[in-house]
Amino acid sequence: MYRYDEFDHQFVRERTNQFRNQADRRLKGDLTEEEFRPLRLMNGLYLQLHAYMLRVAIPYGTLSSRQMRQLAFIADKWDKGYGHFTTRQNIQYNWIKLEETADILDALAEVEMHAIQTSGNCIRNVTTDHWAGAAADEIADPRPVGELLRQWSSLHPEFSFLPRKFKIAVTGAPNDRAAVKVHDIGLRLHKNDRNETGWEVIVGGGLGRTPMIGVTVRDFLPEHELVAYLEAIMRVYNLYGRRDNKYKARIKILVHEIGADKFKSEVEAEYAKRPHASTEVEERELKRIEAYFAPPQLEKLPRWSPGFEEAKLSHPAFARWAKNNLGPHRADGYAIVNISLKPDGGIPGDATSGQMRLMADLSERYSFDELRISHAQNVVLPHVKKDDVFAVWQQLESAGLGAANYGLAGDIIACPGLDYCALATARSIPIAQSISRKFEDSKKQDEIGKLKINISGCINACGHHHVGHIGILGLDKKGEEFYQITLGGSSAENASIGTILGPGFAGHEVADAIETILDTYLKLREPGEEFLAAYRRVGPKPFKEALYAVA
Amino acid sequence: MTMPEKGQLVTANRLRDGIAVFLTRSGQWSEIIDDAALALEPQAAAALEARARDDEKATLVTGAYLIDAERLGGRVRAAHIRERMRALGPTVRLDLGKQAEGKGAGFGAPEGV
Repeated sequence: MYRYDEFDHQFVRERTNQFRNQADRRLKGDLTEEEFRPLRLMNGLYLQLHAYMLRVAIPYGTLSSRQMRQLAFIADKWDKGYGHFTTRQNIQYNWIKLEETADILDALAEVEMHAIQTSGNCIRNVTTDHWAGAAADEIADPRPVGELLRQWSSLHPEFSFLPRKFKIAVTGAPNDRAAVKVHDIGLRLHKNDRNETGWEVIVGGGLGRTPMIGVTVRDFLPEHELVAYLEAIMRVYNLYGRRDNKYKARIKILVHEIGADKFKSEVEAEYAKRPHASTEVEERELKRIEAYFAPPQLEKLPRWSPGFEEAKLSHPAFARWAKNNLGPHRADGYAIVNISLKPDGGIPGDATSGQMRLMADLSERYSFDELRISHAQNVVLPHVKKDDVFAVWQQLESAGLGAANYGLAGDIIACPGLDYCALATARSIPIAQSISRKFEDSKKQDEIGKLKINISGCINACGHHHVGHIGILGLDKKGEEFYQITLGGSSAENASIGTILGPGFAGHEVADAIETILDTYLKLREPGEEFLAAYRRVGPKPFKEALYAVA
Repeated sequence: MTMPEKGQLVTANRLRDGIAVFLTRSGQWSEIIDDAALALEPQAAAALEARARDDEKATLVTGAYLIDAERLGGRVRAAHIRERMRALGPTVRLDLGKQAEGKGAGFGAPEGV
């Protein structure tokens, strides 16, 4: 994992001290709210419905056990004993006091963490594949590049006042788990015919009120030209991106308005103007960073673990969990353990301080001290020996973390919604809970198979509803919550934006509607056909008929 | 049957901790919506709002605004669900927030899904 050097430490300490001073001036009345608001936002501090909310950056979703324990400590000392893992691999605390925030930032700095890049019109915390460094299908670990981009973009003077926020996602694997096509910039590592690695650079994807799939501006950018090329993209955006209308200010609108070809030629022209064509600096810097991400010392193990197989035979509940929650590791004898933060009827992404500590302990003991947060609001132990998986599961089970629904109907993405968020128009969490309870029957969930249900409580789409196989958007209709259902979205390599199925539903009707959709799917699917594939084959018609015909 | 009184009240977030508060008749800020002064006339609402602006300047509260509400038998209920949420706490964590601290209003128990 990356470790701060003296410069990083000093940088974060100075930033925390600066915020302490700003908060003091606000509390004394020397700063108005209007003056203070952008300052607190640049430090991740929002004002929500019940209190302040602090969003803490988890760069590329990677945590050590020490950092996870500190997150638990913060939850206990300054919040109400829990935290919420977000759809951008971050964590947020819901009950924060302004007068204590600087102390929290100090506590974060102790473990090389901060809340920079979690708000404001800057380049936000870079996200990656939550299986980075462990996945069997990976070409290279994307996190060194994530760190390189973090260092490049953090408080970058030229890119601190962009037209709007800017999100970059990186994947080093062909199976896209980082949703790169729906980010402002998505980076996908791949190989050309000569077996060289390079980047597909995708620009102008995004969700929110104008969902769009990004366009490829470079199919194969040589590996070490990344920073200079991204700089060219940022310059074009900074210059031409609209500042007159907040809703038209994202780069996707620019790409759409001037057209992908014109945008590409602007970027290439800007790129050609770079002062140095040499990639030496980037190569050297990336090499330095890569040393921190050296792969853990994995043992040479047989693929087959008798202990693991026996445990599955003697414990059906474990066998089911293992089938759903383990990911294929690149090394024989190891597995990626996906801890679902979606217990039946629970709050997606919430973890208590006790659960955080347990996950920290498990990572320390069984997974080379590494944890990952996924954008689907789950936690990953990336390198667990198959021999140890049963022991890990038993401890997860005893802490309420044994949900065996990873990637299934119960593994729902949901934003905090109107229960917490000042921007929300409707609640998300209770909808997730009602659906989760509806599919508590594990047999039915297993029968349905791979499914992504994503729920947002407003059009800003933090719950990624447009790219859910089933998406649910909560809106306000004359003071009442109602919910629109979309089908056919995907954030994977075959990304697509879902289509609205028809008129919306009241909150208490949503879970039944989802059940009708899924029963329809079960009836029409071909053997082995997943929900998304079936929907793409048959289109919305049968689902519409099932949902709206009787009414 | 007694009809509820309909009017407006002022709410804000307390500056130091962000807690949702409501302006009372005596000019204090209470965490309990039942304590709020309900303005039945536009002039009265404007007067409440003016008082709130002073308290913003005095760094007691931030982001004050008027909301529609009704009062019946000493209980105050905000018209919009968002404001009922602020007056009570999250509906998915009844163990947290005002509702758990005895500061929830008598009205508008959280509605489930």
